[in-house]
Amino acid sequence: MTEPADLVVVGAGPAGMAAAVTALAGGLRVALVDSGTTVGGQFWRHPPEHARAAIPTDDLHHRLREHRALCGALSAGREAGRLDARLAHHVWSAVHEDGGFAVHAVDRRTPPRERTVVLRAPRLLVATGAYDRQLPFPGWDLPGVLTVGGLQALLKGGGVVAGSRVALGGTGPFLLPVAAALAARGAEVVAVCEAAHPGAWLRHPGALLRNPGKWAEGAGYAAALARHRVRVRPRTAIVAAEGDDRVTSVRIAALAADGSPRPGTERRAAVDAVGVGWGFVPQLDLLLPFGCRLTETADGNAVVAVDDGRRTSVPGLYAAGETCGVGGAALALAEGRLAAESVLADSGAASVLGPARRAGVRAAVARGRAFARALALAHPVPPAWSSWLTDETVVCRCEEVSAGTVRAARADDDARDHRQVKHLTRAGMGWCQGRMCGPAVHCLAAGEGAYTPAERLVATPLTLGALADLDDRPSAATDTGGTDKECS
Amino acid sequence: MSEFSVDGEPVRFVEGQTVAAALVATGRVAWRTTRTGRRPRGVFCGIGVCFDCLVAVDGVPGQRACLVPARAGMAVTTGEGDDD
Repeated sequence: MTEPADLVVVGAGPAGMAAAVTALAGGLRVALVDSGTTVGGQFWRHPPEHARAAIPTDDLHHRLREHRALCGALSAGREAGRLDARLAHHVWSAVHEDGGFAVHAVDRRTPPRERTVVLRAPRLLVATGAYDRQLPFPGWDLPGVLTVGGLQALLKGGGVVAGSRVALGGTGPFLLPVAAALAARGAEVVAVCEAAHPGAWLRHPGALLRNPGKWAEGAGYAAALARHRVRVRPRTAIVAAEGDDRVTSVRIAALAADGSPRPGTERRAAVDAVGVGWGFVPQLDLLLPFGCRLTETADGNAVVAVDDGRRTSVPGLYAAGETCGVGGAALALAEGRLAAESVLADSGAASVLGPARRAGVRAAVARGRAFARALALAHPVPPAWSSWLTDETVVCRCEEVSAGTVRAARADDDARDHRQVKHLTRAGMGWCQGRMCGPAVHCLAAGEGAYTPAERLVATPLTLGALADLDDRPSAATDTGGTDKECS
Repeated sequence: MSEFSVDGEPVRFVEGQTVAAALVATGRVAWRTTRTGRRPRGVFCGIGVCFDCLVAVDGVPGQRACLVPARAGMAVTTGEGDDD
């Protein structure tokens, strides 16, 4: 694509793919950027196309028909010269420029080589997804303890099972497909510890009744887990991981209503891998510096506030999927379409869906959002989770700041949020910039309210050498380097 | 199967795997030592967010093993100093 784009979409997961495809169908020129080596995001993570025969993963996926349709449409857009697909490009900053947007990325197609690229367009859509929310516990920094998403990424992206005896813990339905996938690949899933009470769903019958597809999905996982004799243990948690140089066992406890371990219920299970996850944290890095209005979702996250067309409070800036609140792939697909419809309308282009189908997608988004809210309320972070911590437990993995140090910052120095704790203790100041410990430090310091991540002006580290090569000519055409051929 | 080297030792991998996936496939879960506590670390988030899996690739430090596709002949070095 040599013409400048009408729209830059950051994130090629379900939301970004659906948005790009809809915008292309409406006649727009689109630049689609993603850090992954293929499109699909985390939900449809695949090995690179040339490796798919050697690493078969189709059986681990859901909604593959939609994935293929979107890939086909993206390929057609590229062949028509209207899609500039930038894979393995890490966006480190997005800024206003000349009434539009400049998206700064690092081309990492051939690491360790880095090259800066600037993509410019009058409109920007941020669909950067989310990552697993973590709560520290003793031993969570031992090798062999991964996030649930990490276990799944190794499976879906590389065909690798991270252990032969695996325990999963945390809360939320995401534990189930990962347990099923591990079992399907031959791992013994010794426990799936779900902190929530299964009866919590009964308080939200409406959300369930309006989303029958979710019933079918849940029943599918239940059947798969039953086939592999995997038991989900409600109201339990992995409260410690043990081992010297790598994890060799976990301690599992039954939980009281507030999430504190019930005395006398602890038991030990031998494992060689562990996966933990407590819902997700939306990836807002590119949105926060614009000063977009934020709102809170029922899972305790601050998310970007959008109108019913997925417009943020900043003109020309749109969001779809998890950046508007964690809600899963089906919702992300619908929101991507809706956001692209708004882009079309605001650009003076004709609607692709037409009024009737657009109303249908809007209704699906409303149903999906209601379901996401019910899900968040049914799978909360247990209020007393911090009772699992000892003073020695590492909270900030990067800077190795302990729970005792964070607690002292609150008790002795009156730190009341994660920013103050960071200044006092360095928690959140390391490589990951608080992405792993932020929600936990927020809970320990503030104790209540939604977690708003710290503003990170550089969303991914890059070398000074790459920065020195930065193309900062505002009116220049987008970079002339090769567009990715591989799009699926 | 192709090969890259980790600290001079050959590691076989399936074309398309990341460095982290290839290492985990060989049973290796740790390849870095933390600055302060000298604790072993390897892959944690698996999607480029946590930076626990840092390695040097062809002499360039600070590379996330979970994001870098393994390439035949690539020289990966691990150990201390990667988190400085």
